[in-house]
Amino acid sequence: MTFLNYLLSGISLGSIYAIIALGYTMVYGIAKMLNFAHGDVIMVGSYICFFAVSRFALPPVVGVLAAMAVCTVLGILVERLAYKPLRAAPSLAVLITAIGVSYFLQNGAQLLWTPNPKVFPSVVGNGRLALFGGQLTVSYVTLVTIASCVVIMIALTLFTGHTKMGKAMRACSEDKGAAQLMGINVNSTISVTFAIGSGLAAVAGVLLCSAYPNLVPTTGSMPGIKAFTAAVFGGIGSIPGAMLGGILLGVIEIFAKAYISTQLSDAVVFAVLIIVLLVKPAGLLGKKISEKV
Amino acid sequence: MKKKITLTKYTRSSFLTYGLVIVAYVILQAMVLTGSISSSLKGMLVPICAYVVMAVSLNLTVGVLGELSLGHAGFMSVGAFTGVIAAIALEGIIPVGWLRLVIAMAVGAAFAAVAGFLIGIPVLRLKGDYLAIVTLAFGEIIKSVLNNFYVGMDSDGLHFSLLSDRTGLAEGGRMIVNGPMGITGITKLSTFTAGFVLVMLTLFIVFNLVSSRSGRAIKSIRDNRIAAESVGINVTKYRLMAFVTSAALAGAAGPLFAMNYSNIIANKFDFNTSILILVFVVLGGLGNMLGSIIAAAALTILPEALRQFADYRMLIYAIVLILVMLITNNPTLAAWSDVIREKLRGALRKDRASAAKGGDGHE
Amino acid sequence: MKHTNMKKMIALALATIMLVALCACGGGSSEPEAEASAEAFKLGGTGPLTGGAAIYGNAAKNGAQIAVDEINAQGGIQFELKYEDDANDAEKAVNAYNSLKDWGMQISLGSVTSTPANATSAEGFTDRIFSLTPSASAPTVIEGKDNMFQMCFLDYPTQGGASAQYISDMALGEKIGIIWKNDEDYSTGLRNSFVDKAAELGLNIVAESTFTEGNNDFSVQLTEMQNAGVDVVFLPMYYQPASLIFAQADAMGYAPKWFGVDGMDGILAMEGFDPTLAEGVMLLTPFNADSTDEATQAFVAKYQELYNDIPNQFAADAYDCVYAYKQALEAAGATPDMTAEQLNDLMIEQFTSMSFDGLTGTGMTWDSTGAVSKSAHGMVIQDGAYAGLD
Repeated sequence: MTFLNYLLSGISLGSIYAIIALGYTMVYGIAKMLNFAHGDVIMVGSYICFFAVSRFALPPVVGVLAAMAVCTVLGILVERLAYKPLRAAPSLAVLITAIGVSYFLQNGAQLLWTPNPKVFPSVVGNGRLALFGGQLTVSYVTLVTIASCVVIMIALTLFTGHTKMGKAMRACSEDKGAAQLMGINVNSTISVTFAIGSGLAAVAGVLLCSAYPNLVPTTGSMPGIKAFTAAVFGGIGSIPGAMLGGILLGVIEIFAKAYISTQLSDAVVFAVLIIVLLVKPAGLLGKKISEKV
Repeated sequence: MKKKITLTKYTRSSFLTYGLVIVAYVILQAMVLTGSISSSLKGMLVPICAYVVMAVSLNLTVGVLGELSLGHAGFMSVGAFTGVIAAIALEGIIPVGWLRLVIAMAVGAAFAAVAGFLIGIPVLRLKGDYLAIVTLAFGEIIKSVLNNFYVGMDSDGLHFSLLSDRTGLAEGGRMIVNGPMGITGITKLSTFTAGFVLVMLTLFIVFNLVSSRSGRAIKSIRDNRIAAESVGINVTKYRLMAFVTSAALAGAAGPLFAMNYSNIIANKFDFNTSILILVFVVLGGLGNMLGSIIAAAALTILPEALRQFADYRMLIYAIVLILVMLITNNPTLAAWSDVIREKLRGALRKDRASAAKGGDGHE
Repeated sequence: MKHTNMKKMIALALATIMLVALCACGGGSSEPEAEASAEAFKLGGTGPLTGGAAIYGNAAKNGAQIAVDEINAQGGIQFELKYEDDANDAEKAVNAYNSLKDWGMQISLGSVTSTPANATSAEGFTDRIFSLTPSASAPTVIEGKDNMFQMCFLDYPTQGGASAQYISDMALGEKIGIIWKNDEDYSTGLRNSFVDKAAELGLNIVAESTFTEGNNDFSVQLTEMQNAGVDVVFLPMYYQPASLIFAQADAMGYAPKWFGVDGMDGILAMEGFDPTLAEGVMLLTPFNADSTDEATQAFVAKYQELYNDIPNQFAADAYDCVYAYKQALEAAGATPDMTAEQLNDLMIEQFTSMSFDGLTGTGMTWDSTGAVSKSAHGMVIQDGAYAGLD
């Protein structure tokens, strides 16, 4: 039973990584950039939801929607102001700009909302399900997190596979030049991608802070790095890959703590990552691109 | 008649770099000696040297070899810890401070080179972002292990222990590395001159490597790996050569940095530090060593110079970083300055031509 | 090709301009301000004002500022206070310290947290600038440095040991567990001294578990405690992770006795924190914001008015530091035109001989090592407020 409890904790933690990783992977797939500020968009989303629910006593659903709205706008703004002018620049230049945006958001949040930690109100409710005569307990947060993760993945897969905009995204991801020639507006496609990625970040932030109710301006950075790792682990650019990578990373993290060493759990997680990448150099579900000679 | 010496463009730019570093050293050292330097700037001289070495060595991996590394601080960490342990262990044997510093840097470089080699073998099988994430992973593993690493020293020599502070230390022994508390009570041996020497040595190694036959092989791998392979270049060997050199230099910078403070902890060398050094490299220009030097110095001083803005300091730092990236990558601005440069060059050429009366128009 | 060259040129040009500008401002500022101003003592300190530990640095800064404003309003001794950001990093702390030196700092509040304090105390020892740190509690901060003093008690020997002693004396539980943060000096130091003392007292530690920065999931650690049948869990950590542990233990339905440390003070002031989660938590702390003591209430009220927050022990310690300085400077007959070195000698003399009453204790004395002697109060959280344990 302990094993099952750990597994559930792992899947729950992993689902949060997965939702964050989805944002990373979508942006990477289309804009070919590592958006290091993604973790901080999560933090902003959490704060918006916190203020909506705690200070203005709005219903949690409104809080989540407000967070998504603000993050979507923020994502588009950041893209327009900081990334779009660099579309022709080398990818490393964009990476550094993203780091600058990340610093900006963290320090801005600290000035606006003080560095004092805030306890996030649960938007899900604090109850839990007891199974097998109380031996296995599952909190509602865990259930909602896992469910949202599955719903988001399915929705994204359908969106990219079957809608016009989704197809445009895939086309841009394959070849921007060709996509443009086919009449796709590459700029607005990228903007939409950022909007979706940032909206997802808000959801991830709310779920992250519901499960681990502690909110500071640096809340997003560590989950951000972990999720970035998860995205690469699953094969960056691949939506099911991000999902799989995120959940596996969460499970490995919990198992490493439970069965190997809490002191070295981070080292174990990263060691597993390295081994997997050596066996599958393009991640678990990444596309192996044959090199042009 | 004098023999005409023709310098390649690369040699000229490397001489310019050496020259500027020497000039900067002389000016700053003169300011230190005459006491006309602020404590603030004086205190930053050694860390700037360490960061310059870090930036130049990372530029070898990112700019010359063309691989993104997100774990460079890990090598600095390995060098700092092993080097400082060596320096402390030798305290009773070698009383001469600067000699211990040199030994610390050599030990740090050697251990970091070994780490670079061990990490390089698996890492260099990968490409692009996958390689980047594995270097990040190694950086985090090194940090995590060092946070649980205990070293004590008594009359029997050094005792090591992982996870527990029980190193079997005899009575009266000294804990050198104390897990997350790191190393405390370090004798400050690093000096600006030592830093300057290390910077010059680093430049010498990197410039010579880059302009050598091996360096050309490394650059050919960066530009087109398949083509390089097809002409018989041993890709693994040359990639490893660049990677290990880069790690060793970072390892030498570790003790220089660590021994400027009385204490050092493993968490100092985290992902954020690796990113900071990457920022120096990208801002200074890939493959451009002088750029790395200036960017490292400027971005180390910038947060200090912004202290007057108090709470808004780091916010302004972030904005400056974004703006610099936007401006330097702005096509209109680049085109505009292209024109200026062409004009300048034209004027220079005219000058030279009239001075030499059409002698050697050699470019 | 030409394009990238051009880019480099611009980058270089910009960087050079920046560098020159900065060197100029960095070099010039020291000249006029290096001399001590004649009216006020220049009191400087470094602390994490940004980043993950910003709450501690800002609390200390605010607490010290209140004391300075009060003292200046009284007339008599005047202070000029300046706090610089060290982002909880040794390198930046030394930079901050140097910038304070350029400003003309005469006496120092050291650094707020231990890692920066280790670095700045070594500098202050060499420069002969006296320092009284509000909250940097590692023994290495004062070890072998005659002019480094602490306002908080030494964590490792005093507090960890005292906690073990208290658990043993009160026979709080049979099976003890510890959850500590193994990449943090504060937590690891407390845990080590607790374990040492526990072995001496014959306490039965049945489970130990750790976590690291950025890890918010405590399910494994708590399950380990639960499976080992732990009835008292010692939590040597700051309140932020502790609040997560309480919430997750509650969600699991696990309710042992919790025993905390001074860093846990502040948990009740967290915005949105459900105080029932911390019901029954015991901790040793020198400061209690709910105290009925008049001075404490005045301080808390002023802090709330100015910073819209309840002060924690960092704020109280820093507040006490400034008042201790006032007492020592008055007793020594020091004047603001004295150099840092003169003040340094006077302060060493005063602090090792005086007794001080403040918010965080009465009859505090310092020995020549710089460690303070004051008593920690056992507190228990009852109905969302602190209550004395004894």
